[in-house]
Order: sequence, then C-alpha cells, then structure tokens
Amino acid sequence: MAIRAFTFRGGVHPPQNKQETHNKPIENCPVPERVVIPLVQHIGSACEPLVGVGDRVLLGQKIGESRGLISAPVHSSVSGTVKSFERSDCPTGGQAMSIVIENDGKDKLADSIKDRDSEEINKLSAEQLRDIIMEAGIVGMGGAAFPTHVKLRSAQEKKLDTVIINGAECEPYLADDYRIMLEYPDEVIKGLKLIMKILGVDRGYIAIEDNKQKAIDTLNKALEDDNRIRVIKLKTKYPQGSEKQLIHAITGRIVPAKGLPMDVGVVVNNIGTSLAIYNAVKKSEPLYYRTITVAGDAIKEPKNLTVRIGTSFKDIIDFCGGFIKEPAKLISGGPMMGTTLHDISIPVTKQTTAILVFSEEYAKVPEESPCIRCGRCVQVCPVNLLPLSLNSLVLKGNFEEAEKLHAMDCMECGSCSYICPSKRLLVQSIRLAKAKIHEKKKS
Amino acid sequence: MEKLKVSSSPHIYSRNTTSRIMLDVIIALIPAGIASIYFFGIKALSIILLAVVSAVLTEGLLQKFTKKPLTLKDLSAVVTGILLAYNLPPTAPWWLPVIGSFIAIALVKQAFGGIGNNFMNPALASRAILLAAWPVQMTNWIVPNTDGASSATPLALINWVSNMDPASSGATQSGASQVAADQLPSLFDAFIGNIGGTIGEISALALLVGAAYLLIRRVISWHIPISFIVTTFVLTSLLGTNGIEDGLLHVLLGGLILGAFYMATDYSSSPITPKGKIIMGIGCGLITSIIRLYGGYPEGVSYSILLMNIATPLIDKFTKPRVFGEVKGHV
Repeated sequence: MAIRAFTFRGGVHPPQNKQETHNKPIENCPVPERVVIPLVQHIGSACEPLVGVGDRVLLGQKIGESRGLISAPVHSSVSGTVKSFERSDCPTGGQAMSIVIENDGKDKLADSIKDRDSEEINKLSAEQLRDIIMEAGIVGMGGAAFPTHVKLRSAQEKKLDTVIINGAECEPYLADDYRIMLEYPDEVIKGLKLIMKILGVDRGYIAIEDNKQKAIDTLNKALEDDNRIRVIKLKTKYPQGSEKQLIHAITGRIVPAKGLPMDVGVVVNNIGTSLAIYNAVKKSEPLYYRTITVAGDAIKEPKNLTVRIGTSFKDIIDFCGGFIKEPAKLISGGPMMGTTLHDISIPVTKQTTAILVFSEEYAKVPEESPCIRCGRCVQVCPVNLLPLSLNSLVLKGNFEEAEKLHAMDCMECGSCSYICPSKRLLVQSIRLAKAKIHEKKKS
Repeated sequence: MEKLKVSSSPHIYSRNTTSRIMLDVIIALIPAGIASIYFFGIKALSIILLAVVSAVLTEGLLQKFTKKPLTLKDLSAVVTGILLAYNLPPTAPWWLPVIGSFIAIALVKQAFGGIGNNFMNPALASRAILLAAWPVQMTNWIVPNTDGASSATPLALINWVSNMDPASSGATQSGASQVAADQLPSLFDAFIGNIGGTIGEISALALLVGAAYLLIRRVISWHIPISFIVTTFVLTSLLGTNGIEDGLLHVLLGGLILGAFYMATDYSSSPITPKGKIIMGIGCGLITSIIRLYGGYPEGVSYSILLMNIATPLIDKFTKPRVFGEVKGHV
C-alpha cells in the first residue's frame, strides 16, 4: 500500500500574496465592444472557421469547428457581427489566426443554449455526456488547456479508479479557483460526479491546500453524505498543484516519467473545468467565459473576474482601476510559471488563469553570480533532478549529457531558479536544453 | 505606451543571497572566536585579523590584476580567512596567517576558478601545506591560563598513551602513563574550551552554539556533521582503550566539531545529495579514527576531510538521485 504523505518531496514556499485577492468575490467584467477569438486556445490542432466576414453571430454560437483527434471547438462570446480575421498575439506567447467580432450589445443567446432538468441529465449516458463536453469546447482550465473530452476517453484505454479535482492553486496571487469553490461549491461537486459517471469511477477527491480553509469547510458542508467523495487537505507548498505531485501526495502513487496519470488509474481535472462541465451539461452552455484573477502591485484594484473570452487585457485592467504604478512586467498566469507579454491589447483565451502586472521594483531580473554548489536547487526539485549540473552542461553546450541527466523530465516549475542564492538562470537553461534535445530528435 | 519587460519564468526570487549565507557563517563563527580570545588572549584576535585581511587583499588584488570582476562582497574570502586562522596555534608568528590565507585564496580557490570551483576546502588545504612547510611553528601549543609554557595538546597525550608498547618495562611505563593520564583535561574543560589546541577548535560549547545557528538558518544540513561525529565516536569508543570515555574525549578534543560542522560542509568541495553527504561524513569519521588511533599524527580531521573532498566527484557520480517516476531499465 503506497504511503499517502499529503505532500511531496522538494518544492518551495514563495510568499503567497493572496491577502488582496482571496477575499474579493467574483465580479462580472463588462462585456467589451469587440472581442478577438483565437482559433486555437488549446493543446492540439487549430479550429476550422465556420463563419465569414460580415456574418451575424449569436452568443455561444460555434464559430470554429475542431479539427483532428486532439482539438476543441471555439464559440462566440458576444452576439454581433464578424468584423475581420487577423493574426493575433496570444497570452501563451505565440500567435494565432483569430476572429474579430463586433459586439451588438444585445447578448442574444444561441438557440442551442437551454436548460436540462435533473431527470434529463440522469438519463444521459457516458458517451452522450462526453459529446456534450466536446461540443461545448471545454478544455483544462488550469492553464494547460488540454481538450477535456479527450482526457475523459482515458477509461477506454486504462483501468481507472480515482478522479481528483485540483483545487491546490499553488501559484502566488491567484484566487480564481478559491473563489469558485466558495461561491459555486454545489456546481463543482456536481461536475465531479458527472466526471465520475463518464469514467465509471466511484472514488473522487477534491484537493485543496491548507491556506484555503474556508473552501475546505464550504465544500465539506456541501458534500453532505456522498461517501464516494472526500475533500483532501494538503500542505501548502509550490508546486502542489502539479498533477503528478498531486497524485503522489493524495494516493502515494508515482506516475511513470514519460507517462500520464491514467497509467496509475487516476484522472485529474481543474476546479474551473469541473464547473464548466456542470454548466455545459445543465445549461448546454459552451465555454465562452472564464474566471481569472487580476493582481500585482501595479494594479489599482486587484479583483477576481468572470471575463468573456476574447476581451483584451487592456479592457480588463481598465475595469480594475488601471495602473497605480508604472507597469514594467505583464504576466499571463502566475509569477512562477506565467508567460510575460509585451502588449496589453492581447485577448484573454481559455488558457488565461490570471493577469499580473508588476512595477519595476518586482520586475527586476537580478544579476547572476557563480554557482557555489550549495545544492539548494537539488533539495527543492520536485522531480529529483540536478539543476546545477544541468545548468553547467548547458553553458558548455553539452546537450547529450544533459539528456542523460533527464533534462526532458523537468516540468519547468521554476523552484530551482527561485531558491538559488546566486540567482542563476537554472530552469531557463534547462528549457534551452529541452528545446535543443527536442530539435535534435525531430531531425 | 508602456515599456513592458519580457523574460523567462520564474518571475519571483527568494531573498537569499550568497553574501547572506556567508554572513551567517561568519556570525556562527563568532562564539568560537570569543572563546578563543577569552582563553588565549589578544594574540588570538590578531591572528584572526591578519588572516582575514590577507585573504581579502589576496582575492581583491588577484581579481584586479587578472581583470576579473571583483567578488569580495560575497564575503567568502572573509570566511576562508577566519577558518584558516581557526586552524592555527595561538602562538603562530604574524607571517603564518598571512602566508596561509594567501595560499588558501590564491592557490586553492582562485587558481581553480574561484568560488564554487575549489575542489578542496581552501583553509584546510592551506593548513596541510603550512604543517608540511613549518611543522614547528604549526605545532607550538600552549595551555590556557598557564605561564604560556609549551605543552602537548590533549590529543597528543591520548595518542602517546595509547601508542605505548605494552611489552616495555612495567614500572617506568605505568609511571609515565599515570602522568599523562593526569594531564588529560576533564570532560567539562574540554567542553567549554579550557584546553590546548588551535585557535578555533578549543571550545566545543561555542562551536556547537554556532553550529545550531547554521542548522536553524539552513546554511548546512545535518547529514555531514552528524555522520562524521557519530562515526568517529563509535569507532574510537569501540577501538580505543577506555570505551565510551575515550569516544567522548575524541569528540570534544581536537578539531572534530570545528571540522565536522564548519569545514567538511564547505559547499563546493562536498557532495550535493543527502546520500552523498552521509557517505562523506562516514568516510571522514573512518579516516579520522584510523589516523588518530593507529597513525603517527595525533590529529586526523584535516586529512580525512581533504581526502573525502577529493573523493566527492566520485561520490556524486554514484549517488545520482532517482528521478521522480523513473522506471527501472529505462534511459
């Protein structure tokens, strides 16, 4: 029987900085005058557009059809007219062909969006539920955006016995999952039950770090007496939300290095995904909005917001009072693994979990000093790698040796760079190694 | 339009720096320095200052002349100077710490690439060189609060007693061993530091206070010092003539506590994994015990650490941790 430690080896404790965001109830961000909807907002192939310039579209109408096995459709987040197609910058750092829609202000819902009652829902089979999720364009809401309907096919490939809903939210500043748990506990639990039905599993866990006691209490109360589901309290430590570490902390099982959670009988979904699944099944609602946290010392009023997909960062920041300090760094996501962006007019996509804006004081990149071989990076690595050795090899251009030292297993959590007293660019150099090794494999 | 910086994650950093770590080491070494000045007088302070100044000047001038960036503010040269001084006898002439620091910084540290690249503990390697070059000045011991007359260190006394040939004439032998045994310090004296020895090693109490600070501040981990000391204690208790009492004396006398907590734990010359650290600690304990009990020298700590420093790359090679999720048989 594997040992359940409710924590994992390694990890770091960055200052959580959630005191300004934890207690802000979710507000609705005003719908903008125009939205820019990229045709790829997920891992996998880009969508095929279903509309043309000048077409009228309704709120929630499918405007991009999924292509290939690993893909998810995209929907309009406003009712209005298709203005143009343009190559837009995306918050993941890349670019994608996007549909620009002008909002007519009416929010007229597509006909397909209607309520289902519980009788109807109970009659739906696993296959039908999965189709609803696929049609709704639901992807992993924790930032990775893997098409959920593909993940939920795992039951067909491997024997599963556990579903975990990931409420760890280990990145500093972020509070959107926490607020969802406080404000929509029943919906989150119902979403989990739907996932369990689709996968044919009767053990479910909702994993929450111990810095979110209120959420733990709220969910426990909402669970009543379904003894198939348990709320698990985990030690607050970064990166507890990493799914392999999460699975190990709760079940003691170790996902093999090149493997997936289903290899040990587990499927993990984010809190926001669970909520989106419930909404898709109950209200036939496709994914056209999501919850994000806006924070950072340069933002006047940090908030948790429900935002229409395609709203620009600028509109959102304006709704949060704009900048109180000169902005120097704009991050999509958390401060440990988020992507920095050069432009505030980039649109929010399904992959955006947070908008953080920092002033120069926090944006400074410290100067590197020589490695003193203190080994702190080795102590904190959740994957048991040797970051200092990998860094040294990369600086010498020795990528073959770096591959032998398991550079490809690095999950780029950033714990090593965070803890290094010499401020060395450890994870950054491992990223370079991974890119070079990948390049070599392709050729 | 805002000027936004783009950089690779992570975007936050812990506040710990190399100079903060070195400062913590300096703070941890202060109690031992105070004990030394208390027992040996101002002479001890002057040796410490000479060693530190020489170390800092050597590093600064060397980096200036070789047009390398100055790294003095990381305080590592100061630490090396203090540790070098702590390995000298209180009777050391002024040129001994000056030359010792120069050797430690220029030869053992900077010549191999500076901080992070020294494959041996600089202060200890320098001490070994000084001992070979000037054995008389390096072993001129005094006992505190006496008239300053030279005497053997307590370790030398134990060594002499246990090395005596059992076959020699009974009467003279028992008389000599009785005298030697009377000169051995009490455990209490050995603990607080009222004994002969090098500047830094005499007060186990002061050194342990500093060691506790280092452990609490997470500058060092328990692996090397505890396995080093425990191995030495067990072996000297088992193989010595007086069992546990010998073991305790061996822990409190000589440079064991100074070496185990402050010297063997030097980052660049010790293994980077917990398993590797324990292997180093055990190896040091083994070699120290063998040299002390069966070797010609009364003190084995310096050599054991230097030998295990050299073995560190090999230890690191064989103690690579298993990657999380690594499947046996896979590359």
